Amino acid sequence: MIRVQREDFDLGRELAALTAGNHKVGGLAVFVGLVRDMAGHGAGHGAGHGAGHGAGDETVGAMTLEHYPGMTEKMLEKIEREARERWPLEASLVIHRYGRLEPGDQIVLVACASAHRQAALEACGFLIDWLKTKAPFWKLEEGPKGAQWVEARASDDTAARRWAKEEPDAAE
Amino acid sequence: MKLLYFAWLKAKTGVAEEEVTPPAEVTTVGELLHWIKGRGPGYAEALADLQVVRVAVNQEYADPCQPVGPDDEVALFPPVTGG
Repeated sequence: MIRVQREDFDLGRELAALTAGNHKVGGLAVFVGLVRDMAGHGAGHGAGHGAGHGAGDETVGAMTLEHYPGMTEKMLEKIEREARERWPLEASLVIHRYGRLEPGDQIVLVACASAHRQAALEACGFLIDWLKTKAPFWKLEEGPKGAQWVEARASDDTAARRWAKEEPDAAE
Repeated sequence: MKLLYFAWLKAKTGVAEEEVTPPAEVTTVGELLHWIKGRGPGYAEALADLQVVRVAVNQEYADPCQPVGPDDEVALFPPVTGG
């Protein structure tokens, strides 16, 4: 199941509901993405390593997540379908939020349940890596110099590519 | 044809969504981008570096040689940064 929503989610409740009544599940792998405090980081080039100066000035780390309604759901469904074709999952859930978020807020949840841990862990890693390079979301960070669009990271593409089997992905 | 712009492409073009009628010789994504670029300074700036512009046709990623037509929804946006 996939959900795109503005409101927060209750992690415990979501996970409990995902596997409720299914006793074939032996493992549940979970990834939760949180808003990192990027104050002082600067959203320009060279994203990828820590805050250079004075992190922690006030509450300048909030961000707004924009997305492409319609395509977002389509892409998430497609990515989830692919995970379920590749691993024997009993259940899967992807929740992605949009709108304004503060440091510490939950942004994304990926959960995969399977009979065994390996399938659950791998499918979870696959889903978050692919989602980061395919799902049409964009982060606008608020900083001391105003709001700036976060640049995509080459390392995210590399992370996603390690799941690519033989099929070349022409569109990227 | 419906065009949509997201993130900084929306900021640079100053448009979120518009209906356009490109000339008949515009038949592919690549030709469409070239045509959009010529529509004004904001468009030219937004599309100055096509390496950082992604295109979706009817909500699926598309490459430059993909055909486009009057009934299509074409979205232009930067590389995605969700998750």
